[in-house]
Amino acid sequence: MDVIYVVLPLALLLGGGAVALFIRCVKTGQYDDLETPPLRVLADDLDEAPPARRAD
Amino acid sequence: MANETAQLDEVGAEEAAESVLCAHCRLLVPAGLVEPGATEQFCCHGCRAAYAVIHACGLEGYYRLMERMGDRATARDAEPSGDYAEFDDPAFAALYCRPATGNLRAVELVLEGMHCAACVWLLERLERVVPGVVSARVSLARRTVEVVYDPGAVRLSRIGGALATLGYRPHAARENAARAAQRLDERKQLVRLAVAGACAGNVMLMAFALYGGLFGGNLTPALEAGFRWLSLGTGLVCMAWPGRDLFRGAWNSVRYRTASIDAPIALAVLAGGVMGTVNTVLNRGEIYFDSLTMLIFLLLVGRYLGGRQQRAAADSVELLFSLTSGAASRVEADGAVRRVPLEVVRSGDVVEVLPGQSVPVDGVVVSGSSAVDQSLLTGESRPVRTATGDSVLAACVNLESPLRVRATATGRDTRAGRLMALVETAAQRRPGVVRFADSIARPFTLVVLAVAAVTAAAWWTVAGPARAVDNAVSLLIVTCPCALGVAAPLAVGVAIGRAARRGMLVKGGDVFERLARPGTILLDKTGTLTQGRMSVVRTFGDAWVLELASALERNATHPIARAIARDVPGSADPEAQGRQSDRGGIRGRVAGREVAVGNEAFIRSLNGSEPGAGVERFLAGCRAEGLSAVLVAVDGQPCAAVALGDAVRPEAAACVAALRSRGWEVGMLTGDEPAVAARVGAALGIEPSAIRAGVMPEEKARIVRGLGARGRVVMVGDGVNDAAALAEATVGIAVHGGAEASLSAADVYLAREGLKPVVELLEAGPRVLGTVRRIFVVSTSYNVLAGALAVAGVIHPIVAAILMPISSLSVISVALRSRTFGAGSPGTGGERWT
Repeated sequence: MDVIYVVLPLALLLGGGAVALFIRCVKTGQYDDLETPPLRVLADDLDEAPPARRAD
Repeated sequence: MANETAQLDEVGAEEAAESVLCAHCRLLVPAGLVEPGATEQFCCHGCRAAYAVIHACGLEGYYRLMERMGDRATARDAEPSGDYAEFDDPAFAALYCRPATGNLRAVELVLEGMHCAACVWLLERLERVVPGVVSARVSLARRTVEVVYDPGAVRLSRIGGALATLGYRPHAARENAARAAQRLDERKQLVRLAVAGACAGNVMLMAFALYGGLFGGNLTPALEAGFRWLSLGTGLVCMAWPGRDLFRGAWNSVRYRTASIDAPIALAVLAGGVMGTVNTVLNRGEIYFDSLTMLIFLLLVGRYLGGRQQRAAADSVELLFSLTSGAASRVEADGAVRRVPLEVVRSGDVVEVLPGQSVPVDGVVVSGSSAVDQSLLTGESRPVRTATGDSVLAACVNLESPLRVRATATGRDTRAGRLMALVETAAQRRPGVVRFADSIARPFTLVVLAVAAVTAAAWWTVAGPARAVDNAVSLLIVTCPCALGVAAPLAVGVAIGRAARRGMLVKGGDVFERLARPGTILLDKTGTLTQGRMSVVRTFGDAWVLELASALERNATHPIARAIARDVPGSADPEAQGRQSDRGGIRGRVAGREVAVGNEAFIRSLNGSEPGAGVERFLAGCRAEGLSAVLVAVDGQPCAAVALGDAVRPEAAACVAALRSRGWEVGMLTGDEPAVAARVGAALGIEPSAIRAGVMPEEKARIVRGLGARGRVVMVGDGVNDAAALAEATVGIAVHGGAEASLSAADVYLAREGLKPVVELLEAGPRVLGTVRRIFVVSTSYNVLAGALAVAGVIHPIVAAILMPISSLSVISVALRSRTFGAGSPGTGGERWT
């Protein structure tokens, strides 16, 4: 059972790290818009078209 | 959208067989526009331009993506997209642009017509369309795109023009400072939620170990102490960081002697925290950190979800706000007309106002003559003739021909601006309602404290001080009204979300509780009870004459002409020839006959024969009722007439009756003439005594305030003239199509046409309060049960730990399953109305 003295703080540390990462995500605005990113994925494969010239 | 259906209708069945679809928007191409032999067909020039740009830039993926999603490009409307010259003004850059990395600049633009994945894909490739754009990032939720561009390489107007060509008309994102701060606060809330969740989860895991030890698991004393100390540490983090708001709310309610549900909850959390800390240090008794952290977490979840709906509604209103134009056409010294941001127009400047645009400033007409719709400002339904030398006010709409106006007042100094100042003072004066959940806080706390004292005293005499404190504290904890605190905001949030799907944007959570009991409802006339535009009320004369008149008016721009063309069935015939419109009327040849349509003076000026007795009688009737009359003369003989007015909305009478049957007293408050108000009132069954006509905006506010002192007043309106009254009312409701001012003054904005939403909203009020009451009953029964066990001294912490989440979950399900709106057609999820 002694392993728990190592594992438990480690688990808390890992959990704390995850929370810290999440906080970073929130602070950089990644959770501000939950609607658009899922739609971006839908169009990932459409970019094979050559980047073409401008239009006027 | 209206455009789409109109086109579909026009094309009709005969074309369906061939069904030539527009290459851009996939709508049917009108028969006349089909180009034989062309591979790509277009329904309009807008679509052709958009298609050309998309193809030239190698962005055909847009159409593939549309097809994959079963969607199609937004139909372009006929309106010219404009040159967006105002975007290049230094003032615009100062107001809406911000510097980005290097020499780049960033601007946030609100776009119309953006709705799906393909739109996102296309817009985020804007750099391929406009050289000089570095990146474009779309937020579909807020309908905005953030464009980073190189000001040295491309002008902002070029970007605006390109967006418009693609079918997404851009507007400056007029985000107010309060909303920006709210956005940051939202992030903070999310962070707190995460921390509380992590704490609660970890403490719960450790609690499992401890409870396991309780039931004979082999937990060594050292290990048990370790778990307790770790629980203490995590629990204190949770209380000090995410729980801080709870304590602050409770402290404020104590300090300012206001009622708040935070107080009893904070009391329980504090008692549990102190007791748990003492017990951990002394290594005896129960620690409560599992229940406490879970409680804080659930509380935050309920508030976050509830608040999110409210913020979504606020975002929608803000979006509408941005869509109202913030630009004016200023006439420069050299005579050129330039679009500039409204903010740079000074008094003394001359601005040009085209038909259909609203006047941006208060001023005097220096050239041109036209009819001006003042209904938003005064409530008067009839257009006012305006010519050189006349004064016009900001927020009036120019109807006929271009006007040039020398500004005498701008911005906040205009009549409309001064009315807005009135709105702000009214909003500050309005007292808040005591929410039901908060109103029970005080008695609740007192009862719990009293029972705790009795419990402590009883146990002291029986089993000594230690047991007494233990039992009293556990009573405080288990009777915590947390379920109410979690579920009440959630129930309101759910209601706001449902309302939004039905096209009612509710800005504040307390709106429903303000509407819980009936009172007086005052309705504005023009634009609220009526449609706010001219339409044909009745006609006189032979059908064939009217048909000719309708054909003549086809394609004319005057509101009366449009009303006649729309409401009177026209002969399938043909275009009128030699059409000539003049002040007050129009004439031309239709089907070989000389037809003239116009007001009495116009027809008389043509020197034809005198109108007959029937026509005269008709005219007299119109004058008595405040209707506008238009005469029709065929070959010089005035033989028919049309009466026009602002028609009452078809559902208005039913809605007034529905409101009455629910106990509301219905009244009308209008700035229009008494004769018109009486006519509308009679049509709707509103007693003459409940009608106040010809009232100035300030007076409207005063009347509402006077009634408000005696009970609830709901004000429904649409104009700038209603804004102060809306802000003064218990609940102000702005109807669809209302002015910007009413948008910011009202508590509820109806994004759906008509008055039915008003009835639905007033029905929803009592239902939402009922839900909150049910939540209270359910949560209190748990509290009473657990409290009884605690008083008896038989409550086990594990019972408390189980009861607490169960009670919260059951009330949350009550909140989610509640009905807010009548059975009817449920709001179709995800539907957009903008």
